[in-house]
Amino acid sequence: MANEVCFQHIHLENAWTLKVYESTGGYSVWRKILEEKTPPAEIIEQIKASGLRGRGGAGFPTGVKWGFMLNAPSELQKYIVCNSDEGEPGTFKDRDILRYNPHAVVEGMAIGAYAIGATAGYNYIRGEFWEPIQRFEEAIREAYDADLLGKNILGTGVNFDLYTHYGAGAYICGEESALLESIEGKKGQPRFKPPFPAQVGLYGKPTIINNTETLASIPTILSKGADWFVNLGVPNSGGAKLFSVSGHINKPGNYEIPMGTSFKELLEIAGGIREGHQLKAVIPGGSSTPVLKGDTMMEINMDYDSIAKAGSMLGAGSVIVMDDSTCMVKALARISHFYFEESCGQCTPCREGTGWLARILHRIFHGQGRKDDLDLLENVANGIMGQTICALGDAAAMPVLSFIKEFRDEFEYFIEHGKSKVTGEAAL
Amino acid sequence: MLAEKQQANTLLSPEDCAEIDRWIGKYPPEQKLSATMPALRIVQDNHGGWLTTELMDAIADYLDVPAMAVYEVATFYSMYELKPVGKHKVCVCTNISCMLRGSDDVVTHFKNKLGISLGETTSDNKFTLKEVECLGACGGAPMMQVGKDYHENLTPEKIDEILAALD
Ligand SMILES: Cc1cc2nc3c(=O)[nH]c(=O)nc-3n(C[C@H](O)[C@H](O)[C@H](O)COP(=O)(O)O)c2cc1C
Ligand code: FES
Repeated sequence: MANEVCFQHIHLENAWTLKVYESTGGYSVWRKILEEKTPPAEIIEQIKASGLRGRGGAGFPTGVKWGFMLNAPSELQKYIVCNSDEGEPGTFKDRDILRYNPHAVVEGMAIGAYAIGATAGYNYIRGEFWEPIQRFEEAIREAYDADLLGKNILGTGVNFDLYTHYGAGAYICGEESALLESIEGKKGQPRFKPPFPAQVGLYGKPTIINNTETLASIPTILSKGADWFVNLGVPNSGGAKLFSVSGHINKPGNYEIPMGTSFKELLEIAGGIREGHQLKAVIPGGSSTPVLKGDTMMEINMDYDSIAKAGSMLGAGSVIVMDDSTCMVKALARISHFYFEESCGQCTPCREGTGWLARILHRIFHGQGRKDDLDLLENVANGIMGQTICALGDAAAMPVLSFIKEFRDEFEYFIEHGKSKVTGEAAL
Repeated sequence: MLAEKQQANTLLSPEDCAEIDRWIGKYPPEQKLSATMPALRIVQDNHGGWLTTELMDAIADYLDVPAMAVYEVATFYSMYELKPVGKHKVCVCTNISCMLRGSDDVVTHFKNKLGISLGETTSDNKFTLKEVECLGACGGAPMMQVGKDYHENLTPEKIDEILAALD
């Protein structure tokens, strides 16, 4: 069982066109809602019952989030925003959804907008994604031409205008409040919460932000039913989800599989490890989530609770596979460099701490590590954890703490010998 | 003051302005600041791939927002170039998934082939080599972006072909 939700029809030729999308039942949910004037609360109840949790990383129940909007003053403008900023290293699913199934995102956003009372929406797409942007904008044009978007849609009196906004190269804009700042034309610096976007969001108005995959799942969930979806998965992890598998794997790619599938099976689907090599480690949910040993991974399933129990997070479902040729010092040094580059600079613990982490790891990797560097790394990482406005701080700290915990010997070896325990090399 | 403002405005072509206007229309009327990012991108694309202070001032004038607001945005996001770049901007991803699949070799190949390191431009101004963070295409690692196009599953041969096809 694979490809049953967002990827259901992507094997079809020109799957991204309105014609093909409609030929597979696309927009029938939206049309039905418009025709029957389904009460928004009913839609929200169904999404709650489906067990759908946000696919952007935090896993917040989507129906519950939408439900917050039922209390918003009716006279206020409201917005729905799709998060297609996709910047967490190891994540590449939203790009394929936009390229191959953009109408599911359009329909999901339209339904979401109706359910929360929004008449305008933006899809924030990272600026580098030129091809996905073209596909999505073409989908918007087609939907307008078919009277499925705009004013007085299909003569029902329902309005929904949908626009794109492009990012310009900043990982932090994937954080929802930084994303809103960015649409407002500012630096992408996260806001204090509360108030949450559902209270004070885009242009100060109540706003719901969801990940691309979350929104693209909505039409299928409503057409096949909440029960169908929830039963695809396991308790607390409803449905199927896209897993982006990258690194030392024979067939890297996106695999949409039921939640709760064993990692072992996912590894097999993705072609397994290169011949002559052993699985060493896996980062299960994107570069910010704690690394786990390969042996641990082989015992667990791909759902929120199993991965949490093993000490990591499902995150965005971005599975980075490392075989026995990987030097963990080099891998962590690269990851830490990323968070240092991408810290927005607003909170001191993150701005300064990510710099410390990156510099210490740089010197270890360049053969100049000091005896107490591991303690120092842990100290700095713990000083960032939980001390920042947004979760980028935690995202920078967790890899450091977990790499040292799981592979301490490699770090100690590098510090003592000035070279990698795995490759025997040091950086120049 | 007024003369200066008019002069700044002439830096933007009618095409720039028409395109920026289209973006202004996407946001509520009182939210012109929202068009800053699209305006910077449009002007950068249409004016040789990088933004001078004069161009940024012209954008600020056109949108009627403080110049500082435009500088803030231009310096925050990595896709805006504030120094001259070559005709082709080659962005190589060296983040974790690309690193695991040989982005070091990609960088080395560029060094050997073009004689430049990351962050440099060839003396004929044809290529600028830029190191970038994960571009969301890790399934095709190692990968790079040249101009607007993604190139995945890179090998030295493939890179040579891509470069040869650029004028
Ligand atoms: C530093 C940082 C980066 C993030 N990047 C993304 C991203 O690229 N895409 C995304 O959907 N969510 C991202 N998130 C999570 C969003 O803040 C937010 O939780 C999500 O878009 C909500 O949608 P969902 O409930 O459908 O998952 C990021 C969070 C943080 C702290
Ligand atoms: S790590 Fe290179 S594209 Fe993601």
